[in-house]
Formats: sequence, structure tokens, C-alpha cells
Amino acid sequence: MTTEVTGAGSARSPHPGPSGQAPDQRSRGGRRGGAEQVRRTRELSTGFIVSRIAVLGIVAALLIYALPPLIQTEAWTALGAVGVVTALVAYLYLTPRHIPAKYLVPGTIFLIAFAIVPIVLTFVTAFTNFGDGHRGTKEEAIRAIETSSVTQVPGSPEYYLTIAERDGEMVFLLVDPATKAVQAGTAEGLTPVDGAEVSLTGKVLTAAGYTIVPTAQAAERDAEIAAFSVPTTGGAVKATGLSRAFEGKADKSYDAACDCVTSPSGGRWVADEVEGYFVNAEGQHLDQGWKVDVGFANFTKALTDPTISGHFLNVLIWNFVFALSAVATTFALGMIVALALHSPRVRGTKLYRIMLILPYAMPGFAMLLIWRDMFNTDFGLISKLFGVHDWLGTPTTARLGLIVINLWMGFPYMFLVITGALQAVPRELTDAARIDGASAWAGFRRVTLPLVLVALTPLLISSFGFNFNNFNNIKLVTNGGPYAIDNSTVGATDLLISYTYRVAGFDSGVADFGFAAAISVFIFAIVATVSTVAFWRSRAQEEVYS
Amino acid sequence: MRIRTAGVIAAAGLLMLGVAACGGTNEPAATPSKDKGNGKLVLWTDPTRAPVLKPFAEAFGKENGVTVEVKEISENQQQTFITASQQGSGPDIMVGAHDWIGNMVQNGAIDPVQLTAEQKAAFHPNAIKAVTFNGQIYGAPYAMENVALIRNTDLVPTAPATIEDLIKTGKDLKAAKKVQEILCVPFGAAGDVYHTYPLFSAAGGSLFGTTASGDPDPSKVTVNTPESIAALEKMKALGEKGEGAIKTSIGNENGIPSFVQKKCAFLISGPWSMNDVKKAGFGYDISAVPGFAAGGQAKPFLGVQAFYVAAKGKSKVLAQEFVANYVTNKDVAMALYNADPRPAALTAAADAVKALDPNAEKFVQAGANGIPMPAIPAMGAIWGPMANAEVAVVKGGDAKTAAEAAAKAITAEINK
Repeated sequence: MTTEVTGAGSARSPHPGPSGQAPDQRSRGGRRGGAEQVRRTRELSTGFIVSRIAVLGIVAALLIYALPPLIQTEAWTALGAVGVVTALVAYLYLTPRHIPAKYLVPGTIFLIAFAIVPIVLTFVTAFTNFGDGHRGTKEEAIRAIETSSVTQVPGSPEYYLTIAERDGEMVFLLVDPATKAVQAGTAEGLTPVDGAEVSLTGKVLTAAGYTIVPTAQAAERDAEIAAFSVPTTGGAVKATGLSRAFEGKADKSYDAACDCVTSPSGGRWVADEVEGYFVNAEGQHLDQGWKVDVGFANFTKALTDPTISGHFLNVLIWNFVFALSAVATTFALGMIVALALHSPRVRGTKLYRIMLILPYAMPGFAMLLIWRDMFNTDFGLISKLFGVHDWLGTPTTARLGLIVINLWMGFPYMFLVITGALQAVPRELTDAARIDGASAWAGFRRVTLPLVLVALTPLLISSFGFNFNNFNNIKLVTNGGPYAIDNSTVGATDLLISYTYRVAGFDSGVADFGFAAAISVFIFAIVATVSTVAFWRSRAQEEVYS
Repeated sequence: MRIRTAGVIAAAGLLMLGVAACGGTNEPAATPSKDKGNGKLVLWTDPTRAPVLKPFAEAFGKENGVTVEVKEISENQQQTFITASQQGSGPDIMVGAHDWIGNMVQNGAIDPVQLTAEQKAAFHPNAIKAVTFNGQIYGAPYAMENVALIRNTDLVPTAPATIEDLIKTGKDLKAAKKVQEILCVPFGAAGDVYHTYPLFSAAGGSLFGTTASGDPDPSKVTVNTPESIAALEKMKALGEKGEGAIKTSIGNENGIPSFVQKKCAFLISGPWSMNDVKKAGFGYDISAVPGFAAGGQAKPFLGVQAFYVAAKGKSKVLAQEFVANYVTNKDVAMALYNADPRPAALTAAADAVKALDPNAEKFVQAGANGIPMPAIPAMGAIWGPMANAEVAVVKGGDAKTAAEAAAKAITAEINK
């Protein structure tokens, strides 16, 4: 290996470089070995080889790791995608060509996997009724309905079960606990067995003509036992585990002819492909439903259902107020603190900086819960300092409280980035401004701030995006409350995201993913619009100042 | 030449790593295919129960010649289970609260369990009632829990006979500066339908009507009936603008600690508070939450912990064997109780531990009038609106307005 790369490190090489760059391609075009051509040879260091092997090894390992579950669940599309991506990555890093792609592909793969796919999935889900009660296919719903309607045939014995074999075929040896009579159950039906030896616990020990299957072996034939049923006049004998069996009968069965579920006891539920339920004449549906496409129903519901759209505007306004004040307050406080510590006259800046970063370094969840308890009406610190008041139970103070909490949580981040940006502002500029007679404020306002803003605008936009969807603060501190007496759908401090969480039913444990996805699409549109406009404006700003 | 060499080296390395990776993942990679029928049972539970169940699961594995894996699901167990089941990566057995049943059934995630008449008779009737849904038994119950009134016997030697007594005692103690609060019932800023249900039901309130078979009927929401409105009125009288016994400033986060710190002489809580209460260093006793002087009995919600057979599990027969024939055994129930002292659902086990732990028995007694928490999916629609109505009245809002608004929101949610 080392001999092969002789000359590596020297700028000139008589041979084409191993890493194959643009000149290399030309050399393949017939000028291979052109001695006068100046080419850079990439050094094949040990680190390079090892890292490449490691990367490709990890990719291959991921492929191998992903294969069995994907094959098992018959996810052929996903399998194909994994295979293609692995092949692509392997090819890309083994070939000397496509240098730019080597840098772009990893990021692109991650972008597709973690940003584009979820967005597409959200969009697709928004057009379905996917949620609790509508998770699977119609076939799964039918199977669940039939299975859950199986009841024991009245008066039938509760058999002890022993798994056996006869001529290689599985047989259920059934012992009636009352009479101790032994019967053999096959796919054909029940036949009496004479002279079988039965233990006290009801297990058949020996039976002429039958081979008893030991429990451990029976356990390995789980699927076979689960599928096995012995037809009887009243229904069918099925296993309940390995040691018992019962004679059961399905009360409900699916009839493809009428696309409905019928019950002998007089019930008829017709498939409703719009709702994804089996519905009877009275309009009642069976519990188990399936996933159907609902078109724009989720979107129209969000816009037209008065219990939802009636509050949308109020929530949206508070959402903007919260996000904007969150950015403004954290930025302002961060700026003040950063400026103060930027002054050469301040001593002990390191210590101050460490102290200021602490709120940022502490786990946010715990801090939010502590803040919530500090706002407690009777026992909280805030009440002890400022007098007893229902801080989080009154809309105005709850909103202010959230902004204060967010300020405490968020300003260290702003302080950090502003400190960085300030250090990039040349002192000469501010000094020049001062010499030209500008006051400290004017110097800051007209020189420092614009320069800092150029660097920070993208961060402010992302901060806006983050706070626009600041679910944790709302959920953990007020959970959207306080609520008006006649309105439990939306509280005074609900953001669109916490509101979505509630109307989609995640709070109550019965989730409606389709509807949640539709609202997420709205939120996505709002944040995307605001960000685009802001970026567009900040570009104009950059043009002015640069 | 060199290009090829580099490629070959890389390819060889890749192959080697691939082989290594294959070797490393051999076991897990091979199991799924082996799982297509066999010899492996997977059980999911929450982190507190996992270590308790592990020895039993392993004993079962040995007995039946299979491997058993007990996996901890740290949070959101129900949704995690349903989602994983749908994808085919769920367990064979799930352990959880009985009020999940409705949602698990509508998602086709669990199968009914066929218990024999003898097995059914061995359980506390309330436990069997709790795991019965649409006339089918969906799980094997193993523990029951409900809230009760826990009092500091150093301050209050005898249990109050009525809520009025309780309030009076609490007020006297408060006036004597022995406590700060009359009663600690976890309520919080968001309200708490579960902990206050004994009070609400004692005042005559209810959530659902019943079907012909005695199950809660989602088409009959009763939160705005005159009886329920009157119950909310009584809660209002106990609230912040009234007696100050129910307060939004006392919630799950500070209810038990406040009692332990002697800020209140009464606590409404369940067996889970016992660890803290025992360490408090004062005498305590457990009794049923009393009813109002003029009115019915308090009916706390009964919660039952049960084992479920996953409908989409890979070893369903084994799972059924475990759920229907193994955990329904008295010895197993006793051992489970010893490891995790919650009142046992199996009567024989409950009787056996009576002498050992009076607390468990007292909680069972306190729950004698209890009603199993409705397992219907519509119950999910209750929590938010009902909690909101209770918060509103506790803060002094109009009971009728609150009840009507809650009924409207609940009905809309159920019919959506």
C-alpha cells in the first residue's frame, strides 16, 4: 500500500493520482502518464484509509442491521431505498470521481431522511383519518372484529389441552375436567380416545397411537397452535395457551357479498368507506375502524368547525405575540448583558459569563417545572415576594409569566451569540464614530447594532421559529390554561402547537394524527412564510451594509 | 492501478467490517426470523414493574422451555404499545391499566382472554368488571388501586364520618395553626377529575349513563344533569371562594409532600403515596373518603392493573398460557404482591396478605363502593372538559355554565 503511493506528497507525480481528481479524468482520455502535467496527488494516509473503511463499514453494518426486520415486515420499498442508498454511498466513496458529491451526499441523505421524508409523511397523513381506531387496514379491522367477538359456547366444557401428534399431523388431546374423558381434536373434528393416561392436572401423559409433544417443543410451534382449530357443531375448539382449550364461536363475521359484518344475534354493520367504520342502521359503529383517505376533510374541519376555527385567530395572535416578545426580550437582555461584559472596564468577565450561561446549561424541563411551582398561588416564591395572586390562573399574568420564564431560559443563548458577534465588530469603527462626535447610544444604534444584526438576523429568525412552536414552555408551565369557564378547547396561553396537541386528542390518549397533521401543515405554512419574508428582508439589509 | 488498489483495500475493509457487523448483530438479526413462531416471549411493562415481573417471566420461560424478555417502556406505554403493534414490532404481552382497554380494542391491539368460570370466580368481582369490555374479558387482572382518605392520626384520631365533619376538623386545626390547609386533594391549576371523583360522586355527580348491560354508555353524557350540576355546586362550596378545601394551588406535585410536611391533616391519595407517608414520622390511618351528610356514598375510581395478550404478537399461544393460566395462579399473585405491595386482584392472595399488610386491606375496603374507571374510548373525551369545569367552579364560577360547556365539549369530542 505504501509503495503504491510513492510520490505522494510531492506536487509532481509521473502517475495519475489514486484519488482521481479532475485531471485524472482527462488522463483517462488518452493522455495517461503525461509527465509534464502538473497534478496534485492525494496522499493516501493511514488515517484516510481507516476513516474511509470505517465510514463504509458503518454504512454496510447499518444495511445488514436493517435487512432482517425489513424483510420480515415485507417492507420492500424501504428495503429498496436502503439498498439503493447503501450502494450509492459505497460507489461514491470507492470511486475516485464525483468529488463534490462526496461532500454533498451525506448532508443530502440526512436532509431527505430527517427533514423531507417527515414533511412529506405529515402532508400525506393530513389527507387521511389516521388515528386511534383508524390505524390499520380494513382486513386488520375485520380480523380484530371477528377475533374479539369469539365467546365460549354456553355449557361447553373448559378442556385441559395436551398437544400431540399422529402421523406427523398436529392433534389436540382434550380432557373434559368434569368427566376426565379424553378426545382427540383434528382439523376434521373430535374423536374419543380410549385408554389414555391422564395426570392430576389434566395433562395427557400417554395415549395409544399419539405422540405427546413436550411443552418446550410445543412452545416452538406457537403459530401452528394458534392457527389450529377443531370444528365442532357449536363452533370450534381453540387453544387458550398451551394447557387449556375452549369451544368458542365468533359472534360477528364479515360477509364480502354485502361488504358488511353480521351477527347471528341480529346485527348488521355495513362498511362505510368514507368514515372507515362498520356502521349499523342506527348510525352506531363498531369500535374497530380502518384508515381511509378523507381528502381535504381535515383541512376544512380546521377552518370551518366553530369549536376549532372560532379560536384559531386568537391563538394565532397570542402565538405571534409570544414568539415576537420571546425573541425581542431575550435579544434585548442578551444584548445589554453582552455589551456590559464587552466593555474593557469590566473585571471578572469569565466568572460573569459562566454564571450567565447557567440557566442555559440546566435541564429545561426541570427548570420549567420549578418555575411553575414558583408561580404557585399559595406556596410559590412569586406569591411570597409580590403578594398572593393566582398568577398562572389569570390570563394576563399567565402570559406575562410565560414571557418572563422564557426570557430567563432564552437570554443566555442570545448573550452567547451576541458576545461572539460583538467581538467581530472592529473597535476602530466605534472609536471612529466617537471621534466624529457620536454619543455612545448613537454609536451603538448606527454602528454596532447594524453590524451585529447582519450576523444575527438568521439566528433571530430561527429563534422566532423555535418560540413559535415552543411547546415545552406552554405544556409544562400552564398547559395552555387558564381556560374560560365555557371553553375547554383552548386556553389563554395556548400556542398553535399546544392547541393542536389538545384538539388532536393526544392529551386524552385518543389520538387523531390526520387532523394533527393538517394543523401542522398550517403551522408549517405560517412559519415558512414568516421565515421567507424575514430572510428576504435580511438579504436586503446585508446589501445595504456590506 | 493505484485506484484499483485503494478500491480493493476499501472493499476488503468494508467486507471485513461487514462481516464483523454481521457477527456482532448475528443474534438480534437471527431472532426475528426465528420469532416467526417460536420459543420466545416478549413482555412490555413500565420501569417500576419490570424488575418485579422479571423473575416470574423467567420462571415461566424455564417451565415451558422458552426465552422470555421483559422490556421496560419508560413512558407513554399505551401509545408506544399500539404504535409498535401496528408496525409488527410490539410485544406478546402488555402490562397496564384497565382503562386502556377501550382504545387498545378499537385499534385491534389486544385479544380477549378466555378465563374459565373457576378462574373468574377467584378474582375480586370489581377486578373482573374492570377488565370486561363489550362483554369480553380482555386481560388478567393482578392488582387493584383506588384513592382513599389518609389522615394524620396525631392530629385527627378518628376518621370523619362525613365531608362536613372533615371540613370542620380541618378548619379547627387551621384556626389552631396546626395546619395550613383543610384538605390536600391533588387538583392543581389544570384540575384533577380522578382525585376529586369521590367528592363529585358523593355529591351525586356522574359522567356517563349506563347501557342495558351495565357498561358506561358514551351516548349518554351525564355531566350536565341536574344531579351533576348540584354536585359541581357542592364542589364550588368546597372551593377557593367557599371553604377552601379544594385548591388549584395543591396539585400532584405538592399534594403528598404537603401532607407529609404536616401542612394538612387529610390527604386523598392512593397506595402509591404510602412510601412517602410511612416515612413522615407521624401516625396515619386509611379510611374511605366519606360522603356528604345529606347524600350518597363517595365512589372512588377503581384502577386495575392487568396483563394483556397482544393481538399482533408473534407467540400468541405462549402469551395466552402466561396470561390465562400462569399469572392467575395464587402463588404467582402472592409473589407479585410481595414484590410490589398493591392490593391483589386475586381474592385468595388478597386474603393471605391481609394479616401482613393492613394498609393494602384498608385501601381495598375504601374502594368497596368504587366504580371501575370507564374503559370506553369516550372516557378520553371526559378528562379535559370535566377538569376545566371543576377548575371553573372551584374558582367560584357558575356550576351550570361550567357543566353545560363541559357536556357540549365532551359530546362534540365523542361524535367527532
